[in-house]
Amino acid sequence: MAKSKPRVKAPKKASKGDIVTIKTLISHIMETGLRKNKKTGKIIPRRIINKFQAKFEGTEIFSVDLDPAISANPFFQFSMKAEKSGEFEFIWTDDNGEVYSKKSKLTVS
Amino acid sequence: MKGTAKIKALSALFAVTMLSATSITYMQTVKAEDGLKDDGLPNGISKVMVKPATNDGPLDEIFSGWHFRSKETKNLQKDDFENPGYLWVEQGEELWATKDGSEGKSCKSCHNDAAKTMKGVGAEMPKWNAKLKRPLTLEQRINTCRTESMGAKEWKWESSQMLSMTAFVRNLSRGMPMNVQADGPMKPWVEKGKKIYYTRVGQLNMSCSNCHEDNYGKYIRADHLSQGQSNGFPTYRLKWQKLGSLHRRFKGCMKNIRATPYKPGSDEFVALEIYLSQRGKGLEIETPAVRN
Repeated sequence: MAKSKPRVKAPKKASKGDIVTIKTLISHIMETGLRKNKKTGKIIPRRIINKFQAKFEGTEIFSVDLDPAISANPFFQFSMKAEKSGEFEFIWTDDNGEVYSKKSKLTVS
Repeated sequence: MKGTAKIKALSALFAVTMLSATSITYMQTVKAEDGLKDDGLPNGISKVMVKPATNDGPLDEIFSGWHFRSKETKNLQKDDFENPGYLWVEQGEELWATKDGSEGKSCKSCHNDAAKTMKGVGAEMPKWNAKLKRPLTLEQRINTCRTESMGAKEWKWESSQMLSMTAFVRNLSRGMPMNVQADGPMKPWVEKGKKIYYTRVGQLNMSCSNCHEDNYGKYIRADHLSQGQSNGFPTYRLKWQKLGSLHRRFKGCMKNIRATPYKPGSDEFVALEIYLSQRGKGLEIETPAVRN
């Protein structure tokens, strides 16, 4: 798949004190940098998502440094205690400098 | 050390005994492992079923490859969000409305709302095309549309666009039974496919039936052999780390038995696809399935 497309599944509503589960998936080739092009013999340059961050109201709640051994289309699932309403921001950083992001709102009652 | 070796040998012996028993009670084993009754399967996963009498095939029970996979792989397919195959389905949905070619048309220009017009279409492919006097697979049908109606270039068989579109269209038939025509003009194609299915080829001198009919449910080294049903394709294969077509899977099988594979889209593979589809007639479409 040519362009990376993030998908996020986060609850829109929660009660105060609830543990909410957040799931994220992004399409990405996660090229390790160890494979060779079969025809030319040249190494295919590494291109992975090297960092994933999840923020809530600007504060980091979850982050991962990714390495080449991680499969294509990385999936993350994590949880958070819902204390107040606010906005999630999910950020994926690509080796080529591109940054993919997605936002999602949570209303706590 | 000696003790461990003995235990290993014993457990290997036990495994062998277990294996010989599996083929007899496979249906029960599968059901017990899943903790499922037929009506308790998650959305869009094919039931274990008794083979309809009309299918040409010697198996008494037919079941989807889903039942042969590990718990982790199954869980990926159970949840539509976690299932990476949906990345392609979503891209297919975008492509449906994307204009291409000299006529300035998209799929949508002729077929409107895919959810209505394409429901059930994927379950009937490959289908006889009266105009071309041959059956067309979903891929070939899409390319016919592209060249004849849209004035666009054909998509390559294993291209991201083709996989996305086939996944999108087949997904609209998810949960519907495979229903491929096997009589009338399709009869010679079924016969041709059957011949390929039972012909031993390659250095290992094996046919499709040696694994998927005689030995399904057993392990061939680390591979858990399925019945080789086609109801989940295009499938997200963990090994491929992407979606892949049925013909790519055929090619993989043929390489494994050290044979020279036919080309994706060749008449041989089309015939084999038709034969397989009618063998699994009645199994529900699972596209995009997740396999390892």
